[in-house]
Amino acid sequence: MTDAAELLRRTQELLAAHPPAGTGRLEFLRARFDAGLAWVHFPEGLGGLDAPRSLQAVVDAELEAAGAPGNDPRRIGIGLGMAAPTILKYGTEEQKRRFLRPLWTGEEVWCQLFSEPGAGSDLAALGTRAVRESGQDWVVNGQKVWTSSAHIARWAILIARTDPDLPKHRGITYFLCDMTDPGVEVRPLRQITGEAEFNEVFLTDVRIPDSRRLGEVGDGWRVAQTTLNNERVAIGGMRLPREGGMIGPVSKTWRERPELRTHDLHQRLLKLWVEAEVARLTSERLRQQLVAGQPGPEGAGMKLAFARLNQEISGLEVELGGEEGLLYDDWTMRRPELVDFTGRDAGYRYLRSKGNSIEGGTSEVLLNIVAERVLGLPAEPRTDKDVAWKDLAR
Amino acid sequence: MSTQPDLLYSEEEEALRAAVRDLLTDHCDAAGVIARTESDAPHDLALWKSLADGMGLAGLLVPEALGGQGATHREAAVVLEELGRAVAPVPYLSSAVVAIEALLACGDEELLGRLASGRTIGVLAVGLHTAPGAGHRTARLENGSLHGELTGVADAAAADVLLVPADDGGLYAVAAEAATVTPQVSLDLTRPVATVTLDGAPGRRVGDAEPAVRRALRAGAGLLASEQLGVADWALTETVRYLKERKQFNRPVGGFQAIKHRLAQLWLEVVSLRAVARAAADALTTGADTDVTVTVAQAYAGPVAVRATEEAVQLHGGIGMTWEHPAHLHLKRAKADSIAYGTAGAHREALAQLVDLQAP
Repeated sequence: MTDAAELLRRTQELLAAHPPAGTGRLEFLRARFDAGLAWVHFPEGLGGLDAPRSLQAVVDAELEAAGAPGNDPRRIGIGLGMAAPTILKYGTEEQKRRFLRPLWTGEEVWCQLFSEPGAGSDLAALGTRAVRESGQDWVVNGQKVWTSSAHIARWAILIARTDPDLPKHRGITYFLCDMTDPGVEVRPLRQITGEAEFNEVFLTDVRIPDSRRLGEVGDGWRVAQTTLNNERVAIGGMRLPREGGMIGPVSKTWRERPELRTHDLHQRLLKLWVEAEVARLTSERLRQQLVAGQPGPEGAGMKLAFARLNQEISGLEVELGGEEGLLYDDWTMRRPELVDFTGRDAGYRYLRSKGNSIEGGTSEVLLNIVAERVLGLPAEPRTDKDVAWKDLAR
Repeated sequence: MSTQPDLLYSEEEEALRAAVRDLLTDHCDAAGVIARTESDAPHDLALWKSLADGMGLAGLLVPEALGGQGATHREAAVVLEELGRAVAPVPYLSSAVVAIEALLACGDEELLGRLASGRTIGVLAVGLHTAPGAGHRTARLENGSLHGELTGVADAAAADVLLVPADDGGLYAVAAEAATVTPQVSLDLTRPVATVTLDGAPGRRVGDAEPAVRRALRAGAGLLASEQLGVADWALTETVRYLKERKQFNRPVGGFQAIKHRLAQLWLEVVSLRAVARAAADALTTGADTDVTVTVAQAYAGPVAVRATEEAVQLHGGIGMTWEHPAHLHLKRAKADSIAYGTAGAHREALAQLVDLQAP
């Protein structure tokens, strides 16, 4: 059993052998991975020590105090939060050894090829085809959309249809796709904010060796559940200080610009401030439940709450600006590597937060999930479950 | 880590909850509560005796040296969640929380011991609608005795001792027999309010009124959030249960998406209320960040509990509108609670000062 004292000892050993001041960033990150201190709950040899997840904080605090470089999790969030747990659960030994280390150090960025123009909320209806060529490679054709980081990604997690004659959930297979394959074309997808944080990805005769299939043929939907469940954990598990989210900038403006205040805005601001603080506490309670080993079902709910709050708060903020609310900071088309929801002006925040109730599961779908999985209410009537994918309406 | 409140329930707190729930299941069923509301004895003093004397819950906030249990607001909050769920007609919040907090501020050991035992019921003679720090009526002190009329006093009809703020700045203990307590026809049938008339009543000064009343109302407001959580949680749970069974158009009503989304939304509000109610109970226990946390809790809890019970009435359809079904008891409690110890709006106004978001 690896306890906190043991982790602290190993962390100090790492720091002694590779003093951050005299070690290159990548060299240090690789050494940290090899010492099992990357994600301590992962298995030994794969960046972890089979330790309780909650003890990661011990390692992180010690490394931060020593000024050690980090792996910039915001840049590689899809790899860390979605690809890694799925590869760990379903990958072969060879796949785990090949992919997890450069994923964690950030040498290889990952993206997610799931959504399609014709498969949004109904992801299982996806139509990208993967056909196996005479027992050899898979050949993939189709179009994916809303792919963040595709333009900087080396690898992608991909789900594609391998059997159109089966009902939709059963004919899908999960692959690890090489983004440098000549058949992969990445085009920026410009959003209502003016920038292109996401991409469209066109796949034309992309060849994927069978050794990069993750899980069994036809089992891709089940494998994808691991990816999607981890996405919701990542979204719900944030820890914020008071006024740490979208409510921070508008509160600051309110305090600094008394000439903008009106009675109507004051009432609405106070109401939203209270709701933001309550959402923060609810999120904190969820985190405490996870640490105590009693995860609650609140995760899906937190995404709903933050989507609505971000939208209402940023909408209020634009209004508070008065004449300034008529302006926008910059419509220039850019392809940012990092998304900072509170990094730009109120107008940007207002427009960007419109996506919060769509990305990672629309609020309407999440309400269904809460109603069915948490409250146990009857599922929606299904007309698509036992119909071959090729016969579905589209 | 230390700056975050503990928002979970300990094993001991869960055991306490189970014990209180068992007692209420056996001795506080909905039909009995409804029947009692129109009887001569709106308060269930036998149930009070079991809770206060039998289980020792009246003295949770009183130190052991003074005859109490030496527990904290966290445990009292769990008791209130269960009492709220059952809309139990007992003076727990008024006597075991508000009156005891006032006496703790004054340091009156004799009365604290009596209230902690549960054998004496004490009530602070301040209108239930009063927010912490807000103005309130006082009695006139003339030649050593008290005069005047104090209205909207919750549970006064069950009180043995009234704690009366007077115009000299003192808080006076007045025996209930020395005052005239007249029940008012109350919206909340399970926590009725009354008028206290003092006509030369003798009183014993127990301390200064201002700090005692402020402390008592702040604790009352903070722990009321847990009662509101119990009320809201009952409404959600009972509505979900009913709508899984109730069929119309050859389907369970709970399977219609228009209903599912409303219930999922309500669930989210109830789990949020749980987090903030726990935060308030913890802040009262530790003394850390208490004013802001209690104010946030009361700026949030009232409307959520009201909405939950309104949804319960609506989604039960016709049966929810009947006197026979208990939904109305919860609706009335939730609506009265949304005024008790200050409305959400009053707390938002207080918050504007506390977190420096000043009015225009």
